[in-house]
Amino acid sequence: MKRLSKYRRHRAAAPLLLIIALLGIGTTFSVASATPNKSSLALARSAIIEEGKQIFLKGCSSCHGLNAEGGAIAPSLIGVGAASVDFQVATGRMPMADMSTQAMRKAPVYSPQEVAALAAYVASLAPGPEIPGDELLNYERDGSVAEGGELFRNNCAMCHNFAGQGGALTQGKYAPTVMGVEPVHIYEAMITGPQSMPVFSDKIITPEEKLSIIKWIKSAEAEPALGGASLGRVGPVTEGLLVWTLGIGILIGVAVWLAMKAR
Amino acid sequence: MAHDLETIDDPGIPPHVHRKTDTDPIAAKKAERQVAILFLLSALGTILFIVSYIAIPDDIFVFLPIMGSTNAHQLFLGLGLAFSLFFIGMGAIHWAKTLMPDNEVTVQRHEFRSVDDDRREFVKTAKEGASAAGLGRRSLIKRSLGLSLGLVGLSPLLLLRDLGPLPGDSLNKTSWKAGTRLVTDPGDRPIKPEDLEVGAVAQVLPAMLPGQDHRTLSDIGKDAVLLIRLRPEEFNLDAERLSWTHEGIIAFSKICSHMGCAVALYEQQTKHLLCPCHQSTFDVTRAAKVLFGPAARPLPQLALALDAEGYLVAKQPFNEAVGPSFWERSS
Repeated sequence: MKRLSKYRRHRAAAPLLLIIALLGIGTTFSVASATPNKSSLALARSAIIEEGKQIFLKGCSSCHGLNAEGGAIAPSLIGVGAASVDFQVATGRMPMADMSTQAMRKAPVYSPQEVAALAAYVASLAPGPEIPGDELLNYERDGSVAEGGELFRNNCAMCHNFAGQGGALTQGKYAPTVMGVEPVHIYEAMITGPQSMPVFSDKIITPEEKLSIIKWIKSAEAEPALGGASLGRVGPVTEGLLVWTLGIGILIGVAVWLAMKAR
Repeated sequence: MAHDLETIDDPGIPPHVHRKTDTDPIAAKKAERQVAILFLLSALGTILFIVSYIAIPDDIFVFLPIMGSTNAHQLFLGLGLAFSLFFIGMGAIHWAKTLMPDNEVTVQRHEFRSVDDDRREFVKTAKEGASAAGLGRRSLIKRSLGLSLGLVGLSPLLLLRDLGPLPGDSLNKTSWKAGTRLVTDPGDRPIKPEDLEVGAVAQVLPAMLPGQDHRTLSDIGKDAVLLIRLRPEEFNLDAERLSWTHEGIIAFSKICSHMGCAVALYEQQTKHLLCPCHQSTFDVTRAAKVLFGPAARPLPQLALALDAEGYLVAKQPFNEAVGPSFWERSS
């Protein structure tokens, strides 16, 4: 303290104190009012959109067009919304590996940050379905398995199978399995209707009902296979195939041994 | 044209080949041991069954190569029972084949007719019995017995009544009337056109009547409808059918015109409706025209309108019977 007080009459003491005081007030104020101002938020947002645009131009525009207006081989992305981009890109369906009948689920090409940037860019083109927030996806807390099961059987089971294992559509297309799909992607699929799937509007299946469907899917996923091999849980086809080949094969073997004369 | 057939001598029975166990005592002893081992395996299987019933908790899962994660309790119960039953049978068969007598016996075939004396004796006994019971004399008993036996024979015929009653015109009618609201299934919420985006579908049922608190399955089986929204310019319909749609919203019976399965696999991109049972494919843009599969008729289309509050309602009942063909079907 003594050493500091020696300098109190120094020429620089007053301006230095002023600067320290100003800095202190400024820091205190900015910490106390933690919300950053709107213009800087918008600035960060437009930076993300710009980043998304750059990714889009490199990775997507060759099919979807330089302005996402679509082309001969790919649909317009104007108005599809962030939810659609998040579903297609984060599950690896886009970019497509080849121009086959169906974009398949595979390891995603882009990182979550890049997906978010792409989604922000496409959402900036025109309003569309947004990525559902965590409060809509808390299936562990909210929702009802029984209600979800009834909704699933009425709205989803015809394509995705009664146990959610997926099923065939026409001409090589298929409804994929819903087992092991992240809740956010199940939700996005329902509100955006990717590929062959129709849209399930919020007025037809309310957000609470969508959560119940997710809850049912997660409970079906956790269902243990008490009998061992579940054979894909697709019902009589695989079970019948196994019985007709393995079961009857064993019976034929036994019958041959029965009729064989002992030597 | 007659052939001179060359007669072939009866070759007789091939010589009997004795088993090794018949001639070699060591082989017989070996076979005996094999049978005993098979029975012991069966006994072990039963012990495994008992032990796994008592000792293995039913929430333990073990991993098996092809089977995947398997419940240990069920697995060992099953294996134990299979071993105990299979090896009893296998032991018995092995015993019979290797050690039990191996004599070949020739049995001559004869006519299955009884000798004439026995036949005469039977007729005589039957006649004596009948006359002793007095069937010929006591006609009251004879007739009342005939009545009771006849009525017993009638009772199964009466049960055939349960095959009916005839459906009448119930197959031609559904619960849809002019002005019936379309409500979500499940949820029973009425639907406004703006609730459906382009590309959206809704599974709908007719709104319940006042005082009705549930629907019967036989009603749902006729009333189920699929609501689909397209862009209006995607339709390729005649003027009447176009007037049955509303701003691109079109409704079809969900009951397949082939075998009555629920046709609800809607492919949003191709606008095709697919029946999961026999792959009948319908084109939504052309009033559910059949594109592929065994269905012979398009799905019946439900005419749509709006009520005063702006909810979707049926403009009129279905104009034809929904579901598969039946004999009395008019179209």
